[in-house]
Amino acid sequence: MRQVSVLFGGAAGDGVRGSGRLLARIMSRYGWRSFVYDDYQSLIRGGHNFSIVTSRKDEKVLAHWSRVDAVVALNQDTIDKHKDRLRENGVIIYDADRAKKLPQGVATVAVNASTIVREKRLAPIYRNALLMGALLKVLGVPLEEGLKVYEKAFGPETPNKQLLQQGYTLAEPPVSFNLSRGSAQPLPVLTGNEAVALGLLRAGLKVYLAYPMTPSTSILHTLAALQDRYGVLAYQPENEISVINMALGAAYAGARTAVGTSGGGFALMTEAFSLAGQSETPIVVVVSQRPGPATGVPTYTAQGDLAFVLNAGHGEFPRVVLAPGDVEEAFYMAADALNLAWKWQVPVVLLIDKHLSESPTSVEIDEGRVTVEEGKVVRSREELERLGLEAYKRYLITGDGVSPMALPGIEGVVVKANSYEHDEWGLTTEDPVEISRMVDKRMSKLPHIVEDLRARGPVRVWGDAGSRKAVVSWGSTKGAILEALRLMGGGFKFVQVRVLAPFPGEEVARELEGADVVVDVENNRTAPLADLVRLHAGVRVDGRVLKYDGRPFTPDELAARLSEVMEG
Amino acid sequence: MSVVKLKLDTGYKITWCPGCGNFGILAAFKRALQELFDEGRVRPEEIVVVGGIGCHGNIINYINVNSFGALHGRVLPVLQGIKLANPRLRPVGFAGDGDMLDEGISHFIHAAKRNADVTVILHDNHNFALTTSQKTATSPRGFKGRSTPMGNPEEPLNPDVLALTSGATFVARTFARDIGHMTRVFKEAIMHRGFAFVHVLQPCVTWFDTSKYYREAVYKVEGNDTSSLEEALELARRFYVDPGLRLPPRERIPIGVFYRVERPVYSDSFTWVRGPLAGDYSPVSVGKVLEELV
Repeated sequence: MRQVSVLFGGAAGDGVRGSGRLLARIMSRYGWRSFVYDDYQSLIRGGHNFSIVTSRKDEKVLAHWSRVDAVVALNQDTIDKHKDRLRENGVIIYDADRAKKLPQGVATVAVNASTIVREKRLAPIYRNALLMGALLKVLGVPLEEGLKVYEKAFGPETPNKQLLQQGYTLAEPPVSFNLSRGSAQPLPVLTGNEAVALGLLRAGLKVYLAYPMTPSTSILHTLAALQDRYGVLAYQPENEISVINMALGAAYAGARTAVGTSGGGFALMTEAFSLAGQSETPIVVVVSQRPGPATGVPTYTAQGDLAFVLNAGHGEFPRVVLAPGDVEEAFYMAADALNLAWKWQVPVVLLIDKHLSESPTSVEIDEGRVTVEEGKVVRSREELERLGLEAYKRYLITGDGVSPMALPGIEGVVVKANSYEHDEWGLTTEDPVEISRMVDKRMSKLPHIVEDLRARGPVRVWGDAGSRKAVVSWGSTKGAILEALRLMGGGFKFVQVRVLAPFPGEEVARELEGADVVVDVENNRTAPLADLVRLHAGVRVDGRVLKYDGRPFTPDELAARLSEVMEG
Repeated sequence: MSVVKLKLDTGYKITWCPGCGNFGILAAFKRALQELFDEGRVRPEEIVVVGGIGCHGNIINYINVNSFGALHGRVLPVLQGIKLANPRLRPVGFAGDGDMLDEGISHFIHAAKRNADVTVILHDNHNFALTTSQKTATSPRGFKGRSTPMGNPEEPLNPDVLALTSGATFVARTFARDIGHMTRVFKEAIMHRGFAFVHVLQPCVTWFDTSKYYREAVYKVEGNDTSSLEEALELARRFYVDPGLRLPPRERIPIGVFYRVERPVYSDSFTWVRGPLAGDYSPVSVGKVLEELV
């Protein structure tokens, strides 16, 4: 076996998300790569949560598969809901105190997990370790790998270690998958949100402000937990409007700043997003999508905010919208976002979704590829004099539209930023000549931004470069598309659009030129990417494969739908 | 330290109505700054003024110091962001009554609650003047604006009581026709460590000219116990503006520093932040965190 999928299921609060991630880490130590899908509801206790971990020996895995080899059930509900996902020769590992009805003809491993933890006077969440022990035995993964990860995650004194061992020893599985050790180096397991947090930090983030909103909240959690180690600030103001206006104040003062939210929170921020455009204040807004409109479905996934993000904010101003497709790209592109914001003094949106934000994945990250691009920041009188700018103008008209940005606090220098239309000094103006000059100045950055983005790979091509069938998509669908490509044994070219504004029309046109069939894949109902491709690349898509039920595509489902559209 | 003489005028043509209370506020603020510079207590480059939207907001164009022209209602978040990023700066906000107490009231309560180390000066003229006069949160009940021609059906908010009960550590009331009083109060507010709120009673000569009303009503308090919240609240509550500005005023209105106490500001808790976050663009390594996630 070179690939295995395990489903952990239980009620909210049972700890299934934790188990999914721990298994991914154990498999990583064993030389396997993993992808974890967490399906949970917007409640704290009860309901039904599950995690699917798909692991592959030696090679990356970028999506979870819907069929699984093992189900680890903390309750009866899990078995009832997921027994049909089991492949032939699949195994159910379950808490025999909490589940009694098992399907016929399926291999099972019963563990009296509730009784054991109760006897030890431990909380029910410790059942996970017992079942994980039994699972490792079924998988054929050495107990030692599990013990190492548990010690790292919970400390040397944790009762989890002993329970893991007990589960491993007690279990007498009727089958073993005999997974063999991979040769790949152990890799960290990160969610997209953690990667965003680390990418921003690496690129010099000093202030992160956010109001809690699923699925973006764990960026705030990650940075709040790391802020003392890095001497930075992660803070939660009273609402999203305060968040972004405070962020603009911090950025004006000279701190590299980002904010994070989901669609609804970004809706509240849009007036100040436009202020960032007008005042040319560098800011990164991370928008992690969930199904809308309104409250929508908070803990599920969607790509329904693309048109909104591209058009958010009143008035005309340049913006950059980046859409990483996986956790590794989330790291590098979060760093790009901060660098682009400061280099071009424009608002930058990093557009992700729940599926990318919250799916732990084995990743290989080389932080050496990221540098801090300062842009035209001026920190001292001497720097200004070197630039020949003794009389400082915040909005000086320059060749590339970007003015030197002096930080307030320099002796003899006055820095005036303004929400009103303004002249080069930053003073309010209503003069028609000044107005058009300033609009032109801001918009003149665009061609330079396009050139800059070109060097960062606005479009990536995967699969059969020579194929006359093409799939075009953006964001987290990348994982399922690449896995579907693998499942179908190739047969198409995948054009991944990583920059959505300014749209890389030339690159997309070049890649789609000559394709007989172009299929647009998106996690939404109205296929906004297809419209952008038509508008900017002049290519009409032939088919749309869309999904808008709050769930991400799985490779098997997507492969079937792609085959249908491409053959049809 | 060397005193840098900065020309405080920008030379920008002032567009306020002749006789507007804002002229007094601008003059007093410039005088307060100049005195603080001359006394060596503040350096010009430390000052950042943030203006909201409304007549008052134009003030950023008239003073030659660092400034940020914010959105309507959002002076306070911008002020606090500036201070978080660079605690060496002294952000001073200018906000209007509609601006800060209608559109942006949540920020006011929260800035006071966390005792953010910023100063905010409220230009309270009891109406939205720039949009040709509509009611605001401080318009008296019965006030006839163009959106309430039959009279404002709501009771006004008392900003000083709100500031005091929300946690502000410096609360003062002053009058836009008394430049000397304003200057003293502004200086104290700027030097206060913590959330300093200054309520300026500002006549709007075009739409709601309180000049005579306030001249008769206002009296200076001195010798009050500024450490007593009860006494401060008592003074703060003495504030009645007649919707028809009938004279003589029904009640007299005290002005002065009502409250001044030392209390930790929220950013004192950020002990791990060493030095300004602004201006530091050195790359950091996240390698160790990645290693921990293996």
